[in-house]
Amino acid sequence: MTTLVTRPEAVVEPPEEAHGPSGLVKWITSTDHKVIGRSYTITAFLFFLVAGSMAIIIRTQLASPDNTIVSQHVYNELFTMHGSVMLYLFAGPFAFGGLANFIVPLQIGAPDMAFPRLNALSYWLYLSGGIIMLLGFVTTSGAADFGWVAYAPLSNSINTPGAGPDMWIVALVLTGFSAIFTGVNICATVFYLRAPGLTMFRMSIFTWNMLVTAILILIAFPVLTAALVMLWCDRHIGSHIFTVAGGGVPVLWQNLFWFFGHPEVYILALPYFGAVTDVLAVFSRKPVFGYKGMIFATIAIAALSTSVWAHHMFTTGTVLLPFFSIMSYLIAVPTGIKFFNWIGTMWRGSITFNTPMLFAVGFLVVFLFGGVTGIFLASPPVDFAMHDTYFVVAHFHEVLFGTVVFGGFSALTYWYPKYTGRMLNDFLGKISFWLMFIGFWVTFVPQYLLGEAGMPRRIAEYLPNMGWTTLNRVSTAGAYMLFLSVAVMLVNFVEAWRRPIPAGDNPWDAHTLEWATSSPPPHHNFYWIPPIRSERPVWDHYHPEHPVEREHPPRTGGDEVAAARSTARPDSRAQFGSAATARGSVNPEGPSHEPRAAGDPGDDHEGQS
Amino acid sequence: MPPRRRAHAKAFGRRGPILVLVGLALAAGGCTYPTFGASHGADVQGQEIGKLYSGMFMAGLVVAAIVWGLIAWSVFRYRRKKHDNSIPRQFQEHIPLEITYTILPLVIVIIIFAFTVITENEVDAVSKRPAQTVDVTGYQWGWIFSYQNANGLTLRTQGAVRSFPAAKGYTADVYPQLVLPEGRPTKIVLRSADVVHEFYVHAFNFGRFAQPGVTNVFEFTPVQTGVFPAQCSEYCGLYHSEMLFSVRVVAYPRYESWLRYQEHHLNQIPKHYPLTQR
Repeated sequence: MTTLVTRPEAVVEPPEEAHGPSGLVKWITSTDHKVIGRSYTITAFLFFLVAGSMAIIIRTQLASPDNTIVSQHVYNELFTMHGSVMLYLFAGPFAFGGLANFIVPLQIGAPDMAFPRLNALSYWLYLSGGIIMLLGFVTTSGAADFGWVAYAPLSNSINTPGAGPDMWIVALVLTGFSAIFTGVNICATVFYLRAPGLTMFRMSIFTWNMLVTAILILIAFPVLTAALVMLWCDRHIGSHIFTVAGGGVPVLWQNLFWFFGHPEVYILALPYFGAVTDVLAVFSRKPVFGYKGMIFATIAIAALSTSVWAHHMFTTGTVLLPFFSIMSYLIAVPTGIKFFNWIGTMWRGSITFNTPMLFAVGFLVVFLFGGVTGIFLASPPVDFAMHDTYFVVAHFHEVLFGTVVFGGFSALTYWYPKYTGRMLNDFLGKISFWLMFIGFWVTFVPQYLLGEAGMPRRIAEYLPNMGWTTLNRVSTAGAYMLFLSVAVMLVNFVEAWRRPIPAGDNPWDAHTLEWATSSPPPHHNFYWIPPIRSERPVWDHYHPEHPVEREHPPRTGGDEVAAARSTARPDSRAQFGSAATARGSVNPEGPSHEPRAAGDPGDDHEGQS
Repeated sequence: MPPRRRAHAKAFGRRGPILVLVGLALAAGGCTYPTFGASHGADVQGQEIGKLYSGMFMAGLVVAAIVWGLIAWSVFRYRRKKHDNSIPRQFQEHIPLEITYTILPLVIVIIIFAFTVITENEVDAVSKRPAQTVDVTGYQWGWIFSYQNANGLTLRTQGAVRSFPAAKGYTADVYPQLVLPEGRPTKIVLRSADVVHEFYVHAFNFGRFAQPGVTNVFEFTPVQTGVFPAQCSEYCGLYHSEMLFSVRVVAYPRYESWLRYQEHHLNQIPKHYPLTQR
């Protein structure tokens, strides 16, 4: 650990840009976390489009009773693959593969992930796993059709024979290992590669949440992998772990699966919680309210999430209901803390509504309702009434779509300038947001009502006299709106690619270290790192006269502020003032690796270790 | 924090749990309560669940409305005015407030949990002397209902899925039907012959897994006669969508005569008839 004294100012010429390979060769051979992060993001987004298209077919099939757009078999494949692709190939990898890979090293001032080659391996395992899963569609048996949860004994070789389900298992093992490696990598990176001065309680909430997510991955994914190996053995070498006939216990699968499956829900949610927290703070021009409370809430959610898995099994009649019920209820407490902290962050702020902020506020609004209905389902008697109906479908889509898509789009539009050096079109972004926000309610509120009216999930058709037709039609119309919203977002990406609007280093007047370097960052990320005296080093640098007000100032007695003040240069503040208000303003000095203080990244890390 | 805001926070702290309690009390006391589209329950157990659901829904709406209100307030009140480039106060913590909104949700969930446990015990109770015991077996893709009559014979009814050619063109009456007496507790013994199914009766607000290797026992006490549509709700393979059945509730005397009638007209099965797989 180096000392907290300001580094002496020295001029460092930025070296020539990396003259490594480019194009396809770069993509395949790179171990740079930014290249891998970008590959992850693009790949995951493509899987999102694939799985979203499946959802559109599913909704079209359900728009009319006794519909025959697809056969029952194809329908079963579609909802299985929709769930599997969304959860295993999009939601998780988009967060811990894409965002975390790209952003976490930048936020902690590191030149790369701790294990760059392991990182590349993760990506290639993930990509091959994803392709293998989708290739199931071209086998003679069709893709896996036992639901994304693959309950035994439906998933054995008698009930679902064929290569498609086997490929599903292999794909999950591969992507599971990819996730585990990424988890190891994120933990090691956060623990060992933080820049000098960046203590644990000066990390951004996003990095904190990614760390907790990575730990959850290490808890949850090995269990899934083990369960999948058992399933494979049942299918191919005649073990009877999950079949009654051979003395096995089918319900064991549900326990193992949900021991992975429930932490998985938080593996998907926490990264987006973190991203949204950062976005809310930046666009309110305020620090995160209740910063430490936020971190403890994240840790509490992660801890509780490992002891609530059986709330998916209330109707099995094999679990202790009150225990899993109260544990599930308790998750509402840290989640509530987060909500009030999010509101506190906006409270008395000075809020601008650029696209990332809109998606972040949209996330708050929709996730709240998904969370409240989650409380209902944590009550076993209510779960008896609602389990496996569309109420549950609406609930988990509201929480997952709320976090992964609203939170994900917030994160994507927020960090897009850092990824590419270009701004997205704010107007198109807002159109996309409003289509999605309205489409979201139109899609999922009818599904709550359908669940209350008793429509079970995963049915390919229903009788016309059940009274479910109108609600299904409305829900389908909402799904088309969501599709349109994503299409507008795609147009926005294409626009940004065809007519680039250069983004400065720090277009949002943001707080964290990734905005101290150029957009996109140079090969080893930083030529210069501002002094780190709080969780907002970049803000402190640009606004030294507006540090965080603390009710209990740290024991160092305020010289941190003085230090920040002394290092900040007036000219940089002036330059910043224009960049803050005018979206997409260009840094007049070009990509600013204007040297302010000494230090090349390698140097920093030697100091750490 | 200025006094006005502190008062506001306090008022919220006082009001929150009271509103929740009012919601739950309304639900527990009133005979007509809103279920927001869900079933009120055609049996005693389902009615209990309906009340709990209604109470939770109202409490949930109140909490959601408060939080939505706070979000809306901060979004509309604190949006940056044009040409205003000032920087707001950089406050980050307010420990008493933070403790308040940690304890508040805790109190709410403990109250809800108490109501949950009470209802759960009522719903899961099984009486010692049920009027009738019905063995229900789910299989791909239909249901077998077996009744024990006074003579020790097992009466079995069974139905097929719609896609079977013989069933094409028919509506609800080709599906298997479970017949229950009104006003008397009937014990259901639920099993599965192959994969996981869910015995789900919407009118009774109740679903329970039929699983290989597990026998689930529960009870219905219907309070309303009629025919209620029902179906398997846990995905169980190709024809899951068509694994329908219905529940017919009749007055007890009619039920008894129906059972006697079945003795002569339905397939009777000796007591230890092995269940066919599929």
